[in-house]
Amino acid sequence: MSGTRDQILGSIRAGLGRGRLDVQAISALEDRVRTHRRNLIPARAAALDHQGQIDLFVAMAEEVHATFTRVTDVDAVPGAVADYLAGQNLPARLVMTPDPKLDDVPWDKAPLLDIHKGIAADDDAVGVTACHAAVAETGTLMLVSGPDSPTRNNFLPDTHIVVLRAGQVVASYEDGWDRLRAKGAMPRTVNFISGPSRTGDIEQRMVLGAHGPRRLHIVLIDDARA
Amino acid sequence: MQPTSHDFKANAHRALGDPNLQRAMDMMRTGFPVNRAAAIARLPEFDALRDEGIAIKNHVIANLDFYLETFEKNVVAQGGKVHWCRDAAQARETILGICRDAGAKTVTKGKSMVSEEIALNDYLEANGVTPVETDLGEYIVQIRHETPSHIIAPAVHLVKEQVAESFRATHTHLPPDRPLDEARVMCDEARTVLRAKFLSADIGITGANFLIAETGSSIIVTNEGNGDLTQTLPKAHIVLASLEKVVPTLEDASTLLRLLARSATGQEFSTYTTVSTGPRRADDTDGPAAYHVVLLDNGRTALLGGEFQDMLRCIRCAACLNHCPVYGAVGGHAYGWVYSGPMGAVLTPSLIGIEEAGNLPNASTFCGRCESVCPMRIPLPRMMRSWREREFARRLSPQAQRWGLAVWAYVARRPRLYRWVSAMTSHILSLVGGTRGRFRTLPLVAGWTDTRDMPAPEGRSFMSQWAAREKRS
Repeated sequence: MSGTRDQILGSIRAGLGRGRLDVQAISALEDRVRTHRRNLIPARAAALDHQGQIDLFVAMAEEVHATFTRVTDVDAVPGAVADYLAGQNLPARLVMTPDPKLDDVPWDKAPLLDIHKGIAADDDAVGVTACHAAVAETGTLMLVSGPDSPTRNNFLPDTHIVVLRAGQVVASYEDGWDRLRAKGAMPRTVNFISGPSRTGDIEQRMVLGAHGPRRLHIVLIDDARA
Repeated sequence: MQPTSHDFKANAHRALGDPNLQRAMDMMRTGFPVNRAAAIARLPEFDALRDEGIAIKNHVIANLDFYLETFEKNVVAQGGKVHWCRDAAQARETILGICRDAGAKTVTKGKSMVSEEIALNDYLEANGVTPVETDLGEYIVQIRHETPSHIIAPAVHLVKEQVAESFRATHTHLPPDRPLDEARVMCDEARTVLRAKFLSADIGITGANFLIAETGSSIIVTNEGNGDLTQTLPKAHIVLASLEKVVPTLEDASTLLRLLARSATGQEFSTYTTVSTGPRRADDTDGPAAYHVVLLDNGRTALLGGEFQDMLRCIRCAACLNHCPVYGAVGGHAYGWVYSGPMGAVLTPSLIGIEEAGNLPNASTFCGRCESVCPMRIPLPRMMRSWREREFARRLSPQAQRWGLAVWAYVARRPRLYRWVSAMTSHILSLVGGTRGRFRTLPLVAGWTDTRDMPAPEGRSFMSQWAAREKRS
């Protein structure tokens, strides 16, 4: 296999009409990677103040069929989840990631919710997760995997409920990357999620709920507005 | 798959007479281009982003060896493995080897055109590993024993009645008289069937839209979430990617992602964009235990330094297919291999040879829409022209066409003769065309007159009118 590797690298250099890059060229390229400079960021979200970004996030996510409950206090989250499930005629049993970001939610305020923490199974109809960030530009949630946030919980349950804090809303994907880099190592999986799963593969008619969730509901804790 | 690109003319002829295909193509022509235009109108920076995207890709191509080595180094640092493969056979064997080592019986697959390119499914099946396509469109073509007809919408050539028929024939465990008249119902049925496959698969194979040198990550975009279940649930994740997919940083990928979905389906962003880096971490509770990247050349490095090098910028958005009048008329299967439309007409001869695919660059009206909608501004018409010149130079085009061109060239190089011949021809045609002003049939151009009338010249040629005017003044 290393023979193949050398062959391929050799044909690249031959095709480009040069030999190996010299030390200076390599160090300039390494710098480019290390500094990971931003390219152009559209003004759409970047030019707004934070409250404007939150409103844009909501509008863009609703456009792709995410739904919202906006609350002003973390204490209102359990009620919002319970009301949403009741309103959709969905069971009150849910699987929740053991994410510490959900720890300050007083879940016992909604005693009818039957919550079990852990990894989602195929028969879990409703899942609740936290998230890493929310990108206003396109209404896109950013979720990362980790010991307390298994990736399958974002995909197996039919209904995915995400608890989002206003402070997590950022303008661009690049802002999301910066926040992730600040936390340290790259997680196994980063999921950018814009609305519920969909397909247009049969006659280009859009159908929600292809393989992932049919519903994406976001409980936004708008504590900045409170 | 055995290419039938050499039969493009016959394939196209059949396609034009296929009522289902024509109905399906009508729906495509009205869908994607309208959505793309609307998405781009909403983003004033779109053209500036295009220029940046092009600069990123050109920079990567000029330093491809560095970025591939950096990518490999970082994949390894994250606990993954890179397998360099020169050609399709080597890639197939490598993947089978990984499956055998893991004792895999079934693999689920996210949509990957490179997997079509190396004809992976047939090979795995012949060697006792069952591949299950999980993208709905790709699943439909798999159960129909067809190939995708579009690089992002594999089943775009089908109408829903055909899908229903295939579901009845395949899902025999369900009541045969169940209603299947809506996309919604068929989607639910496929979801249930495929959910079981996701849960039982041993290995998941996906393609990659981008590979990130900085982090050793691979990125896929889907709308269904199938690529995510494919790579999250099984024991191992194999990424099959051609080597020009590498980009330097997450920021560079973000710029290109802003172009991809808008150009492809007219979405602001695909529903799921997934960045995968190595296998699951020691304390993760899910994710694949192994992460392999099969990095395929298969003719790409041969494009470097030549007149088709810019083709390596292609991000496979399919805008050129969606806007091509030829693709819109005949669909993707007529092109006879994996890639179709303008990008296929340029790429296919590069990858499988001009002897087989020399016909494809002729499948163009040179209207230029492909280049104008390409987010990477790839000069597709110029490249098709280059292939035509090569085809002519290598005497691969039909004898009659070569004679015709030789006669035309002889006349065109002699202005007096050219003017005389064109004046005579238009005079005669206008006499014969008479008051109706059009021809129902004409010798030698039945391909034109079979489906429409040929307008008759109105009389004297421009040159002779010009000469007369000059004389008068």
